[in-house]
Formats: sequence, C-alpha cells, structure tokens
Amino acid sequence: MSKFKKDNTKELPAISTASLPDIVFMLLFFFMSTTSMRQNTLMVKIHLPEATEINKMEKKSLVSYVYVGVPVPAMQHIYGSEPHIQLNDKFAKVTEIPDFIEAERQARDESEIPQMITSLKVDEFTKMGIVNEIKQELRKAAALHINYSSRKAEK
Amino acid sequence: MPRKMPEIPSASLADIAFLLLIFFLVTTTMDQDKGLERRLPQWVPEDQMDQDAPPIKERNIFVVLIDKENRLMVEGEICRVEDLKEKAKLFLTNPLDLPNMPETEVREFDIVGNYKVISKSAVISLRNDVGTTYGAYIQVQNELVAAINELRQELAMDKFGKSYVNLSTDEQKIIQDIYPQKISEAEPKRIGGAK
Repeated sequence: MSKFKKDNTKELPAISTASLPDIVFMLLFFFMSTTSMRQNTLMVKIHLPEATEINKMEKKSLVSYVYVGVPVPAMQHIYGSEPHIQLNDKFAKVTEIPDFIEAERQARDESEIPQMITSLKVDEFTKMGIVNEIKQELRKAAALHINYSSRKAEK
Repeated sequence: MPRKMPEIPSASLADIAFLLLIFFLVTTTMDQDKGLERRLPQWVPEDQMDQDAPPIKERNIFVVLIDKENRLMVEGEICRVEDLKEKAKLFLTNPLDLPNMPETEVREFDIVGNYKVISKSAVISLRNDVGTTYGAYIQVQNELVAAINELRQELAMDKFGKSYVNLSTDEQKIIQDIYPQKISEAEPKRIGGAK
C-alpha cells in the first residue's frame, strides 16, 4: 500500500485536438504566401540547366513563357519523342511564336510592353537548333529581352 | 431565464483546413523564376544588312565555339569550361597590353577617373552548332557572365569599397560602362564535321 502505486484503473486522458485546426491553418497560410498559382499544365518534360550567375525576375505578370522539351510520356504516342515547343496550353510550331508574343502584348497594358520579358524554359538536353529558331523568331517579333531559365547551382 | 446556446462543434474544422491545405499544395508551385538575363540583337532583314560595315579587328574578338559534341574552342585552342572564365577575364582587361589581345585605351569616367579599358568594339562572340545541347550552351554563357561579374565586383571593391550589388544605380552604371556585357550570340553554323 505505498503512496506511489499507480492507479491503473484510470484511463489515459485523450490528447486534445483543439489546437489541430490552428496548426493546419498555420501550414495553410504558409503555403498560400510562399507559392504561386500554377499557370499552365506542362506537357513537356523540362529539366532546367544549372547556372550560378542568375538574376530573379521581378515582375511575374510581365513574363511570357516558352517551354521546350520532350513531350511527357502520356503524350508521346501522339507527338513522338522529339523536342516540342509549348506555348500556353498547347504545342506550337516555331512560326507561331510572333503571334503568341503579339497576343501576350495585347493582354498587357501599353505602358508595360517595353518591360516584358520572355522566359525560355528549355530542357537541358535539347539541341540548340530549335532554340536558335526560337531566338530568331523572337528577334523578328522584337521581343528582345529574354531570360534563359535555370536553376541555382549548388556550390 | 434564457436557454444556453448549444456550442457549434469544431471537430470538423481540422478536416476543412486540411482540405484547403491540400488544395493549395496541389494547385500552386514553389519554383521561383530565375535565369540568365540576356538581350537579343535587333532583327535586321537580310536585304538591309550593312555589307560595308568595317569589320572588327581580329584581336578585338574573343571567339568561343561549341561543337555538337559540346567541346569548346576558345581563340583557336581547345579549352576546358573550367578555364574559360580566366581566359575571358584576361581578354576583357588585357593587363599586359599583349598584341593578340584587344586594344586598350584610357578613358575618363565619373568618380573613378581615368581607367584603362579595352576598346569599345571588343566583343565576345559565342557560336554554337545546331547539335550543341542547351545545357552546355548555358554553362558557357554562365562562365562568360561570371567573368564579367567578377571583374565588376573587383572594381567595385577597389574603387568604392563596397560589393557591386550594394552600389547605387549611378555607381553601377559607371562600372557597367567600364565592363559592358557584350556577348554576341551569332547565328549557328555547323562546326566539327558532318552529322
């Protein structure tokens, strides 16, 4: 009959879950503030090259994206495994780029057009032939400010 | 005596929050847009191309070629990517006034004063094959930009005692004048044998 004998008849009190919503809301707000909405579904596989001398793009709303890469496996039976260009949500030919740039310009305010940037998201193993064609088309469309999208290299 | 209001059950609040959390996790991306910024040259229609433009002197061009096997040739010599930055830095400063390096001249700048720079016509010419992979191309571009950035950084520390990124816009402008980012991306040719 010691003092310290445990009273086994009592059940363990349940852990209170009252703070669970708070924790989850905190996570939710964290993710809401650090991420941005996905703009288009990628239909090509892109593994960006690494670089050290990179700058951040300031205004995301002024950036238009050109994706180049091999179509994802689900699309390969239609489009094959050659690198393709993706503009917005569909595959495009090189010659459609000036129209795409023009459409992007129409969507922006006139005063913002000179600050527009074209971001080239190109897979590391793509051949330069297709990239050069894109560059020529961009020059023709006078969209001269470009950004070779790349990952920050670990030093 | 008023009746006590029954409490709203909050047990499902966690479920709702989880649902929202998962929705945002799926629809958003974390990746930030970063990359090498570059300006393309103006488009010149072929019939308007200036044939009579004086050619740039051989010594003022730093030729970098990449072939379809991603091998590198710099100024007529085979070179490793690791050595490219040092070579580019030498070209951009020509500290010993070598005859095969670009012409130098002393120009006057604001704040900095007289400073020896290479000729304004000096340019880095980067040319690649159709079969070069994009990754190798970016790696070379990166090294060239790194060379220029390092020179700018050294000059900023030397003249202003501050890191280049911490300088004011005007001061950055002076340094950009001294070391401009002149990289010409020529139209591709087939280099290194037939396909």
